[in-house]
Amino acid sequence: MADVIGSALKRHEDIRLIRGKGQYTDDMKIPGMVYASMVRSPYAHARIVAVDTAEARRVPGVQAVFTGRDLKDEVGMVPTAWIPPDSDMKMTPHPALAYDFVRYAGDAVAVVIADTPYIAQDAADLVRVEYDAMPAVTNPRDAAKEGAPLVHEDIAGNVAFHWKAGVSVDEVFNKAEVVVRHEFRQQRLVPSAMEPRAAVAQWNAATDELTVWVTTQNPHIHRLLMSGMLGIPEHKLRVVAIDVGGAFGSKIACYPDEVVVSWAARKLNRPVKWTETRSENFTVTTHGRDHVEEVEVAGTKDGHIQAIRVKAYANLGAYLSTAAPGVPTILFGLIVNGAYAIPHASAEVFGMLTHTTPVDAYRGAGRPEATFLVERMVDLYSEAVGMDPLAVRKINLIPADAFPYTNPFTLQYDSGNYQGALAKALEMVDYQQFRKEQDNLRKQGKYVGIGFSTYVEMCGLGPSEVAGAVGFQGGLWESATVRVHPTGKVTVFTGASPHGQGEETTFAQIVAQELGLPPEDIEVVHGDTAKIAMGWGTYGSRTTVVGGAAIHMADQKVIEKARKIAAHKLEVGEDDVAFEQGLFSVKGLPARTVTFQEAALDAYLAWSLPKGMEPALEGTAFYNPENFTYPFGTHIAMVSVDPETGDIELMRYVAVDDVGIVINPMLVEGQIHGGLVQGIGQALYEGAEYDDQGQLLTGSFLDYAMPKARFFPKFETAHTVTPSPHNPLGVKGVGETGAIASTPAIVNAVMDALAPFGIHDLPMPLTPRKVWQAIAAKGGTH
Amino acid sequence: MEDSRVVPVTLTVNGKAIAREVEPRTLLVHFLRDDAGLTGTHVGCDTSQCGVCTVLLNGEAVKSCTVLAVQADGADVLTIEGMEEEILHPVQQGFWEKHGLQCGFCTPGAMLTASYLLSTHPHPSEQEIRESLDGLLCRCTGYETIVRSVQRAQEIMDERRESADRETRAI
Amino acid sequence: MYTAPFDYRRAHDTQEVVTWLQEDPDNTKIIAGGHSLLPLMKLRLASVARLVDISQVAELQGIREDMGGLRIGAFTRHAQLAKDPAVREAAPLLASAAAVIGDMQVRNRGTIGGSLCHADPAADLPAALLALNAELVIAGPGTERRESLDAFFLAPFITTLAADEVLTAIVVPRMVPGAKSTYLKRPHPASGYPVIGVAAWVSVSGGRVEDCRIALTGIGPVPFRAARSEQVLTGRAFSREAIAEAAREAAGSGTLEDDEDGYKSQLCQVYVSRALGDIAQGAG
Repeated sequence: MADVIGSALKRHEDIRLIRGKGQYTDDMKIPGMVYASMVRSPYAHARIVAVDTAEARRVPGVQAVFTGRDLKDEVGMVPTAWIPPDSDMKMTPHPALAYDFVRYAGDAVAVVIADTPYIAQDAADLVRVEYDAMPAVTNPRDAAKEGAPLVHEDIAGNVAFHWKAGVSVDEVFNKAEVVVRHEFRQQRLVPSAMEPRAAVAQWNAATDELTVWVTTQNPHIHRLLMSGMLGIPEHKLRVVAIDVGGAFGSKIACYPDEVVVSWAARKLNRPVKWTETRSENFTVTTHGRDHVEEVEVAGTKDGHIQAIRVKAYANLGAYLSTAAPGVPTILFGLIVNGAYAIPHASAEVFGMLTHTTPVDAYRGAGRPEATFLVERMVDLYSEAVGMDPLAVRKINLIPADAFPYTNPFTLQYDSGNYQGALAKALEMVDYQQFRKEQDNLRKQGKYVGIGFSTYVEMCGLGPSEVAGAVGFQGGLWESATVRVHPTGKVTVFTGASPHGQGEETTFAQIVAQELGLPPEDIEVVHGDTAKIAMGWGTYGSRTTVVGGAAIHMADQKVIEKARKIAAHKLEVGEDDVAFEQGLFSVKGLPARTVTFQEAALDAYLAWSLPKGMEPALEGTAFYNPENFTYPFGTHIAMVSVDPETGDIELMRYVAVDDVGIVINPMLVEGQIHGGLVQGIGQALYEGAEYDDQGQLLTGSFLDYAMPKARFFPKFETAHTVTPSPHNPLGVKGVGETGAIASTPAIVNAVMDALAPFGIHDLPMPLTPRKVWQAIAAKGGTH
Repeated sequence: MEDSRVVPVTLTVNGKAIAREVEPRTLLVHFLRDDAGLTGTHVGCDTSQCGVCTVLLNGEAVKSCTVLAVQADGADVLTIEGMEEEILHPVQQGFWEKHGLQCGFCTPGAMLTASYLLSTHPHPSEQEIRESLDGLLCRCTGYETIVRSVQRAQEIMDERRESADRETRAI
Repeated sequence: MYTAPFDYRRAHDTQEVVTWLQEDPDNTKIIAGGHSLLPLMKLRLASVARLVDISQVAELQGIREDMGGLRIGAFTRHAQLAKDPAVREAAPLLASAAAVIGDMQVRNRGTIGGSLCHADPAADLPAALLALNAELVIAGPGTERRESLDAFFLAPFITTLAADEVLTAIVVPRMVPGAKSTYLKRPHPASGYPVIGVAAWVSVSGGRVEDCRIALTGIGPVPFRAARSEQVLTGRAFSREAIAEAAREAAGSGTLEDDEDGYKSQLCQVYVSRALGDIAQGAG
């Protein structure tokens, strides 16, 4: 049998998805079900004076209307589950339905529950809320200014936390030959999973159990948090997420909506469904990024970077969402030196509250922000010292013999060969030739540019001890049960919760390889707290790294027991039994064999098991990683800029990623492609904008530019393989690399193209208009 | 003529006639999901941009969130559930082989859009495929594998056509 | 998202439409393809008590010869316009503009009449139809009138159409021999609407521009003819210099919106220049 690990197996999950048989939350229909519609604040900041529900209640078909006051004493605050250490973090009380103040446009104040979703929306429009509008602040640095409107009355200066890492680098800067300073605006993004959020809750009055089907990346975290809010013990609360239509971080958080319908389902003793509209998704589902960053780099005149200092104002919106405080701190600040051997670094982050939609993880979560600033600074520093940005990268990249490499924030990069990935990318792109052509084209008034991103990122969250040390209020290990049935078929239960990444296939490949079974004999079950004892979900590129490793460990337990059974059957010692490709054999006597399936059947029949052995065959493992994994690579973007219109054309995009051992190359490529489009989307197209009153100006797909198929050329992807030394499968995470690496590669390329105009930086997204304005400001095309 | 709260509509969905009395405001997509029980057609936006609700209405790709069920009265509708006949539709097969989907949410719309494209342009260029996806937003794939899936679907269609021709000749 | 409730009637002839409009002109709306109206109703930005569906009105369908031009029924869908052999032959500019509206699914539903009556300043067809000197056939209570499209658009979303009138057809003159045309569009990356759309129609004889019409959409509160550009070009050799000069005059021919930085003026110049350049090079 050929190796299953490493093969481009077609996906198991597709069998249902291409037939329209997926089970998304909004597909749920339960007899007696009623529908919820939320009444949301149109104001970004206001005092709620009165809520009049009388007219709404009179609409035929309306079952109930609840306001914040109805829930106030029965439902706990929506919690925050990440408290960065030594940051003096203030909690931001977040009622599921607001009753005193609304703090962003979209904050829910009431819910209407009716027989049909049409009626629910009709009646929601009839709930009269009297607001006393108050001034709002939307920019994170403006929020820190004296006299800025406060988002929460008792949080002074709107600073939710102030976090620092690293040691003082002042002395290095004072003595440096070259210091480059720059301010970056990491614009706000809207994650925009194609499936809007939804929740269906059903109360079983006979057993006092609540079942919640919800669009989540982490059902067990949802169960834990909702248990606290609703006062329903975990063993009476079941959370299910079968098919989830994309998430990208936006379905990590526990949201008010699912708590409200859960509470209402019990209150009314009726199943209740709530489905988000796209408009709500824009205003209510968490956003990503949104920093103002002051960055300084110190170095020598000959291209050696000595120190980096970062001060960031991270916009967290009106309330601290579930994982929000960890994103701009731990996942950002600790890796601002990037892939470079910069000996000195410090990071300081102000977690700012504003009257905007809460900000939480979005693909890459902190690492795209860190990678962007260091990759851009390398280019700006190169320019300052008059060197080629590629040469400066070669000087400063961490050398291959330095691994494991401890960065200035004491992260230990597990393995790497950054030069190897760069070399491979340069095999695909003739850099010197490009520079020659660039010169020639400039003489003809044509502007092309090339941009690099030689990145590293930290993912595969993560060691639980570290989770504790950095204030994450949960573990980050993962669980797996590999249950072998009497016929030798296998059900795998994972605590990870894939929602598009394809681990029903990848995980089956791991088990198929290790147990020597056909992949179609293996079913992977996820996303149901009634079936899986515990797990921490899918985010931070952790699913294959941590969940896959747990499966590997569970496999070993299964093999160990089956080997004992086989040895017993073969009447030899356990040490004399080899196991290969699903077959136990006596070492040196290959004709004497027991198949894995025979061992499985024996385990269940239990007619003749080794003395003292329990019947049945299954392995359960809980894998707690030793470290994060550190994927890396080189991305190269080539663009042309039309100075007449400011249009940017992406001519070529080369991505060489090293994500360790690859289990399914087709799925890995898919992850990279998806990430690239999101990262390039940030560079060129996407950006959420608010007006001064806190109204989202980009609240629909008519205004918010989601990348489309026609915006892109074919991507050129390749890999180097540097296994993770501490992960038993040698894998590293791949879900976020594309989004992390691509944004600065694009911006570097555009700035390279614009260099003849004396343009060094522009705020993202690099819309044609901005580019044209910048060229015009520099005197145009002459 | 009297206005009434509900109107009768009859649609042929995937070859099966479905008659219901609906409110005039019932959108075709909700008729399909709620009245016909076909939840393979999804709703991804409210401004007619994302295309995940695309179905074939009398053979033409339309966004079923922007068609009233009454407007479709008497029409033939094909949804994802009706694509497969004895074997997978070439577009389904293409998407499966070339990893044209990840989360699967836009996939029904993507596949019906692709099948419509191939029914009107049997051999589209890569650029034509990309442009035909203007009315489809996918957040997972980066589109390239969708393009490959459509190209593969076209190959499968050609292969099936050839083998059908061979069989005809053999008879 | 769900629209508010409304009553629905399906009309079978134009006079029935007019009669129903007259009954309650302020609260009655015609639905053709529905691709402008339904999204607004779903967002509850438009409230309508009664919808009149005109899809079954035979008079509003079909494309036929009409006094040297084409009479296009108001209910003709964009996809039909794009592929109809008569349109492609007699008014290729209209077919090429229709082919780049929105996206494939939208083109399968949206109609020419719906687009014109909705009068979204960022619609594609008005530019092509202005450049084609199109005329509208409008039915009212017991009347029928014809109006040049030039006079039709008053302001964003406002036309000369009275609340009890219905647009029944669009009449487009046949392309004259020696004339060439093109529609050049810059789609908004999100909405797909034109940030600018330039329709150019140029008749050249002996290397000189005999007649030309250039119309712009998406860039101002209403679509407009670039009359100053047309003046520059008419009677001149169809040269690079003439095109450049004409392009410079485009922005001044109408009212632009959101042009504080001069970017929209720049787009007018660049797109008119490129559209005319395409025609000059025979690409039109």
